Amino acid sequence: MTRVTSTLPAGTRAIEVRDLHKYFGDNEVLKGIDFHVDQGQVVCVIGPSGSGKSTLLRCVNRLEEPTSGTILVEGVDICDPEVDLDEIRSRIGMVFQSFNLFPHLSVMRNLTIAQQRVRRRSKDEAVEIARNNLAKVGLAGKEDAYPAHLSGGQQQRVAIARALSMDPDMMLFDEPTSALDPELVGDVLGVMRDLAADGMTMMVVTHEMGFAREVGDKLVFMDGGVIVEEGDPREVLANPQHSRTQGFLSKVL
Amino acid sequence: MKKSTRRRLVRGLLYAVLVGAVVLLALIADWEAIRQNFLSGEVMGELWPEVLTVGVKNTVIYTVIAFAGGLALAIVLALMKLSPIAPYRWIATAWIEFFRGLPALVVILAFGFAVPIAFSWRPPGGSVGAGVLALVIVSSAYIAETLRAGIQAVPKGQFEAARSLGMTSGRTTFSIVLPQAFRIVIPPLTNEFVLLIKDTSLLFVIGAAIDERELTTFSRDALTQYANSTPLIVAAAAYLIITLPLTRLVARLERRQQKAR
Ligand SMILES: Nc1ncnc2c1ncn2[C@@H]1O[C@H](COP(=O)(O)OP(=O)(O)OP(=O)(O)O)[C@@H](O)[C@H]1O
Ligand SMILES: [Mg+2]
Repeated sequence: MTRVTSTLPAGTRAIEVRDLHKYFGDNEVLKGIDFHVDQGQVVCVIGPSGSGKSTLLRCVNRLEEPTSGTILVEGVDICDPEVDLDEIRSRIGMVFQSFNLFPHLSVMRNLTIAQQRVRRRSKDEAVEIARNNLAKVGLAGKEDAYPAHLSGGQQQRVAIARALSMDPDMMLFDEPTSALDPELVGDVLGVMRDLAADGMTMMVVTHEMGFAREVGDKLVFMDGGVIVEEGDPREVLANPQHSRTQGFLSKVL
Repeated sequence: MKKSTRRRLVRGLLYAVLVGAVVLLALIADWEAIRQNFLSGEVMGELWPEVLTVGVKNTVIYTVIAFAGGLALAIVLALMKLSPIAPYRWIATAWIEFFRGLPALVVILAFGFAVPIAFSWRPPGGSVGAGVLALVIVSSAYIAETLRAGIQAVPKGQFEAARSLGMTSGRTTFSIVLPQAFRIVIPPLTNEFVLLIKDTSLLFVIGAAIDERELTTFSRDALTQYANSTPLIVAAAAYLIITLPLTRLVARLERRQQKAR
């Protein structure tokens, strides 16, 4: 797979977050996050429920409005009022825990609507790209199905194909397998592994420690709105330094 | 007495009362008078075919105009009501609460008589046009509330998924949110339509030219003309022929939606 990232100066980070704070009312959910994802890296984020993982992920494409701090996507400050947020979002694929496919549209239309309306591709081109991506996630032939007629694992793979059809520079995943029956988790993780092998830049909030260990380039452990510990996934998982990390891992492993 | 015997006795008694009442009614009713007054074939013959080509036709036309206009206006109102810009919300709320709080008849009278005098402005289509305009406005208020509820019933994740693909908020509203909202509100909208069919009968207060009369005005005129109640029965039957299939349809749609959930 060819990926055009050459327009960026060497060393530009895909995602760079500096001193990010986020309040919901009086509730400080992110308390000064410094975080980055390099081009082509797979960064996994783990942590207990309510620690702010989703909020951090959602700040990266401004589905949540940061209260203060800086977020650079490929070097561009996404909070700059001059910036074209829709254009930036179209280059950041996002996959949700609850799939969020458009239920009133066929699988094919789910994959082509943004290509045509946002990317301004012709219908033929959009359909062609959609077919390729459906094949890539193992769902060739499901073009005419409606989301309600697919299993959870199939829906999530369609959601990944939908994001891929925009040719994103990076992908954000928010617990992509948490809503799935256990026997369907493997298919989705398999697709994500393939993506990582293709060199996709990925930020993945997950409870799948096996995936983090085998695929991740970096593991970030969050608790209480701060990053407690980060490093090589094998290191962190085998040998956590911080007591809070140890406590969390002892519960989930 | 055994419990089952008593239950049978009570049930028998209830049937006896019913039969008694029917027989009594049949005995005291003057069937010939009823037939002549309500079911006169002669008068029915006089009403045909105008009851269809004038009454039913105009009722349907006025309902469709009022509904289509109300729906178009309601989409704007519902979006205003959900707008981040506060003054838009205030205007929409004021409009909706004002016109839902008034009897439709008052609005029709206002547009038919008060507005033309006060502003020396005649709505297009004369007084009937004014009345239909009043119905457009009244229905817009009800439909807007229904639509707002439907829009808010679309899961937030739909909006987020669309925005994360780079769609603008306008594109998201029209391609993703509204189509799903409309699906949710088809049964209540059909109900609004049925209510509107019946509300067109209120137009009889503003008077209409011979061939502009809707079903109620038509039958009311015939009532006076023939000094006979048959036109009322005919109009009632015509209303039911239109409304009953629609209310049955609503019931079916609602059952289907319940199952799909
Ligand atoms: N829209 C919101 N309004 C108010 N509070 C919110 C909102 N979204 C999240 N929160 C709060 O922010 C905190 C962090 O939430 P977040 O969803 O980021 O946690 P998480 O680490 O993703 O947890 P989980 O593993 O359960 O998904 C929680 O206390 C949550 O209640
Ligand atoms: Mg979460």
